[in-house]
Amino acid sequence: MNIEWYIVLSALLFGIGAVGILVRRSPMVILLCLELMLNAGNLALVAFSREVGNQQGQVFALVVMVIAACEVVVGLGLIVAIFRRKLPLNVDDLRELRG
Amino acid sequence: MSATSWAWLVLLFPLVGSIAIALSFKAIPSKAAGLIGTAAIGAAFICGIAALVCLLGEDPEARHHASSLWDYASVAGLDIKLGIYVDPLSVFMVLVVTGVSTLIHLYSYGYMQSDEGYHRFFSYLNFFVFSMLLLVLAGNFVLLIVGWAFVGFASYALISFWYRRKTATKAGMKAFVINVVGDIGLVLAAFLIFREIGSFDYGTVFEKAPQVFHTNEWTVVAICLLLLVGAFAKSAQLPFHTWLPDAMEGPTPVSSLIHAATMVTAGVYLIARTHTLFVLAPTAADIAAFVGLATLLVAGTIALVMTDLKRAIAYSTMSQIGYMIMGVSIGAYSAGMFHLMTHAFFKALLFMAAGSIISAMANKQNIDEMSGFGKAMRFTSITFVCGALALAAFPGTSGFFSKDEILAYAHARGGMYDIFQILGYFGALLTAIYSFRLVFRVLPGKPCKEAQELIDTGHLAHETPRNPASGEEEDTDVGFPGAHHHIAEQSPGMKIAMGVLAFLALFAGLVQVPGVDETITHFLDPVFADSPLAEIVPSVGASWVGLAIGAAISLVGIGIAYWLYIVRPETPAALIRRFGWLHTFLYNKWYFDELIDVLIVRPALAIGRFANRFFERFVVDGLVTGTEETVRGASGVVRAVQNGFVRSYALLLIVGFAGLVLYFLIVQS
Amino acid sequence: MEAVIFFLAAIGAIGGAVGVVALQNPFYSVLALVAHLFSLAALFLLLTAAFVAAAQVVVYAGAVMVLYVFVVAYVGGGGEPVADPIHGQRFLGILVASILFIELSVAVLGSALLALETEGPKVPAGFGDPAAVGRLLLEKFLLPFEASSILLLIAAVGAIVLAQRKRESEPQEGVSGPV
Repeated sequence: MNIEWYIVLSALLFGIGAVGILVRRSPMVILLCLELMLNAGNLALVAFSREVGNQQGQVFALVVMVIAACEVVVGLGLIVAIFRRKLPLNVDDLRELRG
Repeated sequence: MSATSWAWLVLLFPLVGSIAIALSFKAIPSKAAGLIGTAAIGAAFICGIAALVCLLGEDPEARHHASSLWDYASVAGLDIKLGIYVDPLSVFMVLVVTGVSTLIHLYSYGYMQSDEGYHRFFSYLNFFVFSMLLLVLAGNFVLLIVGWAFVGFASYALISFWYRRKTATKAGMKAFVINVVGDIGLVLAAFLIFREIGSFDYGTVFEKAPQVFHTNEWTVVAICLLLLVGAFAKSAQLPFHTWLPDAMEGPTPVSSLIHAATMVTAGVYLIARTHTLFVLAPTAADIAAFVGLATLLVAGTIALVMTDLKRAIAYSTMSQIGYMIMGVSIGAYSAGMFHLMTHAFFKALLFMAAGSIISAMANKQNIDEMSGFGKAMRFTSITFVCGALALAAFPGTSGFFSKDEILAYAHARGGMYDIFQILGYFGALLTAIYSFRLVFRVLPGKPCKEAQELIDTGHLAHETPRNPASGEEEDTDVGFPGAHHHIAEQSPGMKIAMGVLAFLALFAGLVQVPGVDETITHFLDPVFADSPLAEIVPSVGASWVGLAIGAAISLVGIGIAYWLYIVRPETPAALIRRFGWLHTFLYNKWYFDELIDVLIVRPALAIGRFANRFFERFVVDGLVTGTEETVRGASGVVRAVQNGFVRSYALLLIVGFAGLVLYFLIVQS
Repeated sequence: MEAVIFFLAAIGAIGGAVGVVALQNPFYSVLALVAHLFSLAALFLLLTAAFVAAAQVVVYAGAVMVLYVFVVAYVGGGGEPVADPIHGQRFLGILVASILFIELSVAVLGSALLALETEGPKVPAGFGDPAAVGRLLLEKFLLPFEASSILLLIAAVGAIVLAQRKRESEPQEGVSGPV
């Protein structure tokens, strides 16, 4: 397969993830969509790594995975904290920082 | 030390005194402030004498020096230095100003004692003397204007000294506004001078003026007319005179110093100083002389019917300054300056005596309520009579020699100028009548209530403090006159000052007796030597004839006053009934205030209202409000972006990112 | 053969992605993401990134997703209200994301990167092996490796702090009404 396909697929997955963030209101699902976008990035990295011929892209992808894990941990911690305080789990209702 | 160094010291002492008194408020007792003030002016007087001695030690031709401290502005063709000009004219003025000021400070030391604003008074008074000296010693037009403006401010501050009196603050504003009109004239004149000659410096201007201007060329006439606007506003000549009677709201020492002896003579000094320009513009000089004559007569007639003691003396001041202006305009320079000097003496004295009488009257100023003070206050009465004699030009007094010298000059010039002499003598008659009207109304006769109390108990009458003009009640805290009043008999400082001035008023004329000694003329000769008019000197014989006519008129005037007020005291009332319309006209000051109100004040207010309704509201407010609305709208739009929704932020993020990618795509291809 | 696997994996990935976005119940979204991750692992294998694929399955699908499942179970999966409070967000969101996809595709397809049209160079046998990746991690990229481990530590501490039960200010679970 040409590498193009992988890149285009990665772009498509990125776009779907973007749609998810913009459209969904539950913080859980938004985090999941963030995961989608990160994974799309990973796919692109690994594809380019294959195409260039060295494994630096794969190492980059591993580090991205680590970052994603950290971010998920913190995000879920936030969600648990919000839930514990009996606040609505709805990104539109948590809007006190506004001008 | 040279004359200029002494001159700088003359300027320094009053300034330091003013600042020291101002800064030491509440740190030193009031009396100390009074002493510092008086000492400062006294020191300035001594330095003035030292400068005079220095000058006299020099050759008469070389008695003019300019000295400057530093460059004030030296850009783009301007070269203005902080410089003074010391010559006989400025030293003469310095001596008159500092001499009379010292005596008035001494008088105020006693007179203002129970006033809560004592400290402030002396600071202002010292500042005034500094400004007046700056005006007189200035060596270029810029510094002259600075001194002019400072003097105007000092006058305002001192007129509204009792600032809680509405009448006083209004009078202060009126004086200041009219002075500013004069300032405009002066500043425009300075601009024109600079435009034509290219310098502000006295030396350069007066040297080059005859070369630059032709006689009666419109530029030099314009300059002189603008200078006259300034001079008339400051010296209270028609039509800018309406502020002077109202300025009597200030304390009596203020009236005595500023509005009799010094500030109002600044216009006379100005014309004398710029005589070179007036020689080149005879039209303007003639206009000035006629205005002086007109003021002389108008003020004289008004003084005949004034019932407020201080205001009557104020109109007398106006009238005498008319003489001075007339004098320096027709070329009788030294005569005019001599009259300035003698007038300073006897007018200051008259005001001091009036202050003493008003104190005895518990601050009432209406002569209708005064009588019999001749018995109650001996010293004050004697000095008052001395001043009145000098004012009426009684033979032998200082006013006699000075006033008649001006009129003799007018006759010597001949032709049209005889009018000045004839009408000047008529004015002298009026002067004699009104000055002794005051004497005969206030001093002899059955003592009034307050005078009686003074005779019986030796204490001054106490009444509820009132505004003398409007009658409303006041208190005696700061901003109003103090609780106790001081008369000369009970205050040594006042006595000394009045005594010295009485002596000078009677005998100072002896320095300028025609044909015998003419010290003033000789002293001032080098200053005016370049004017062709200075050569028109009346012969000694003509002078003595003039003096004889003057003596006769003065005695006739005193006699008329005596007859009207002592022999047949019911005559004035009968005259008022018979010529009621004339009396009302004069009593309302020839309706000048009303005229100015209709001609200037109302149109100005109408223009203001028009501007407010059409220009201010739509254009200015529109611009400002419009800007405000625009900014508010724009910020509203921008604020809407921060709506708190995370998803809309994310949308903006992704829109931005997409835009960036688009940009790079386009750039690449 | 390779193409078939590619398309199958691609369909799985896209399907999983769409499922995450479209399914109402968050629990189902999590499951869709798990499917998506497995598909991606297959794609990685196709790109001879064996270690990355394994890490994806074990770490991502295994650990991170299990964490998600726990949290969804704790929090509960409620549906979302139908009406969108922000005007035009739905429409604009889909529009902008589509534009982004098109732009990126244009960038990739229309670019002058000739190499993208090939399959890539011949790679040695151990390409993508754990040994090779490990060597890179510990030799060339030691600093990022250590930094990311510190980051993990910080994240773990942060999560504990965030999710801590506060004694005073938090309403206790199980309190029901005035006593």
